[in-house]
Amino acid sequence: MFSWIVWRDLKLAWRRRADVLATLFFFVIVVSLFPLGIGPETQLLRKIAPGVVWVAALLASMLSLGRLFANDYDDGTLEQILLTPQPLYLAVLGKVLALWIVSGLPLALISPVLGVQFGLPRNALLVLLASLLLGTPVLALIGSIGASLTLGLRSSGVMISLLVLPLYIPVLIFGAGAVDASISGVGVQASLSLLGALLAVSLVFSPWATAAALRISLE
Amino acid sequence: MAKINWYKYASPANFYPLAGKLIPWFAIPAAILFVVGLYVGFFVAPTDFQQGDAYRIIFIHVPAAWLGMFLYVLMAAYAGIGWAFNARLASMMASSIAITGAMFTFLSLATGSLWGKPTWGTWWVWDARLTSTLILMFLYIGFISLQAAIDDPRRADKAGAVLAIVGVINVPIIYYSVQWWNTLHQGATIRILGKPTIAGPMLAAMLIMLAACWLYSVAVVLIRLRTIIVEREHAAATMSEARA
Repeated sequence: MFSWIVWRDLKLAWRRRADVLATLFFFVIVVSLFPLGIGPETQLLRKIAPGVVWVAALLASMLSLGRLFANDYDDGTLEQILLTPQPLYLAVLGKVLALWIVSGLPLALISPVLGVQFGLPRNALLVLLASLLLGTPVLALIGSIGASLTLGLRSSGVMISLLVLPLYIPVLIFGAGAVDASISGVGVQASLSLLGALLAVSLVFSPWATAAALRISLE
Repeated sequence: MAKINWYKYASPANFYPLAGKLIPWFAIPAAILFVVGLYVGFFVAPTDFQQGDAYRIIFIHVPAAWLGMFLYVLMAAYAGIGWAFNARLASMMASSIAITGAMFTFLSLATGSLWGKPTWGTWWVWDARLTSTLILMFLYIGFISLQAAIDDPRRADKAGAVLAIVGVINVPIIYYSVQWWNTLHQGATIRILGKPTIAGPMLAAMLIMLAACWLYSVAVVLIRLRTIIVEREHAAATMSEARA
C-alpha cells in the first residue's frame, strides 16, 4: 500500500510536471528578488541569505501543499483510500513522501546554487543543503496537517498558510540558525540536531494527526 | 440530599439555564477583586528599587500571560473531549474560550511591549519567550479562523480540536523558555514550593489580579457559551423549555 501510493503519486506528479516545476521556479525567483530589492552589498547579502532562502523555502513548501490531497479529494480517490482496511497513517506517509521527493528535495538540492548568489562561503553552503534536507520533510509533514484540515474549504489556500506558518516557525528558526552559526563560526551541531529531532517527532506524530484530520474532513 | 444526575448538564439545552445562574457568582467577585487588586497594586505595593513605578504594569501583564497560556490548554482539553466523546457542549466551550484566550495573549504582548520600552529600551525583542507567545497568538487566530471558515458545525469543532491539540506543545515551550534559553525576559520569580523572591504586597496584588482575571474569564466564557448554544441549538425543541 505504502509503496503503491508513493509510486502512484510520483507518476501523477510526472504527468503534471509543470505544477511541480512551477513551485521550484517560484522558490528560485523569490530568492533572487531579495538582492534586487535590497542592493548588491555582499556583507549585507551574506547576513540575510539564511533567512531569505529559508523563508522562500517555507513559502514554496506551502504552495505545494495544495496538491497533496485536493486532486484526490475532488475525484473521490481519497474517500476510497479512507475505506481500505490498510492504516490511513501509511497512506498519508506515502503521499507526504511523494510530495517531498517531488517538491522539497529539488528545493533543497538547488539551494547551494542560490547560496552562491548571496556569496555564502563553502561550509555555509553545505550547512544550507543539510538544513534544508532535514527541514523540508518536516515542512511537508507539518503542512500535511494543515492541508487535511482545510480540505474542500472555500479559501483553503490562505487558510493553510494561517494554520501552518505558526507551526513552521521553529523549523525556520533552527534551519536559518544553523546556517547563521556556520557563517559566524559557532558550532552548527545544536541547530542541526534540533532539526533532526523535529524531523523525528513530526515523522512519528504528524501522519497520525493528518489521518485524524482527513477522517474529520471527509465524513 | 437527592442524587444529582450530573450528565444531564452535558446537554446544551440543560446547561444553558445553569450557566445563566452561575454567571453572577463569577462576575461580581471578579469586579470586586479587580478593584481590590488595582488598589493594592497602585497604592500599597512599594516602589521598586530598580524599575521605579514602571514595574506596576506587572499586575496586568503576568495574569494576562498566565491566563493566555492556561486558557489555551483548557481550550485544547475541551476541544479534545468534544472530539473524543462526541460531546457538542464541550466543543462549544472550546470555541467560547478561544476569543478570551486570544484577548489575554494579545494583552500580555501589548503590556509587555509597553513595559519593555522604558525598562529594556526596546518595544520588542526576538527572544524565546516573546517569540513563542507570538506563536500562541497566531495559533489562537488560526483556531478561530478555521472554525469560522467551516460551515458544518461538527466538522468545525473537530477540525479545531486537531489544531488546538497539535498546538498545545507550544505552551510548555513558552513556560520553560526562560530556563532553556538565555533570554532578555526575566526568569520565574514565583515558585510553588519555596520562598518567592518578590516583596509581599507585590505578590499579593499579583495573585489578587490573577484571581480577578480568572473569575472574569469564567464569567465571560459562560456568557459567550450561552450565545453559542442559542445560535446552534435554537431549533431544538428542548431549547424553548430552557428559555421559558
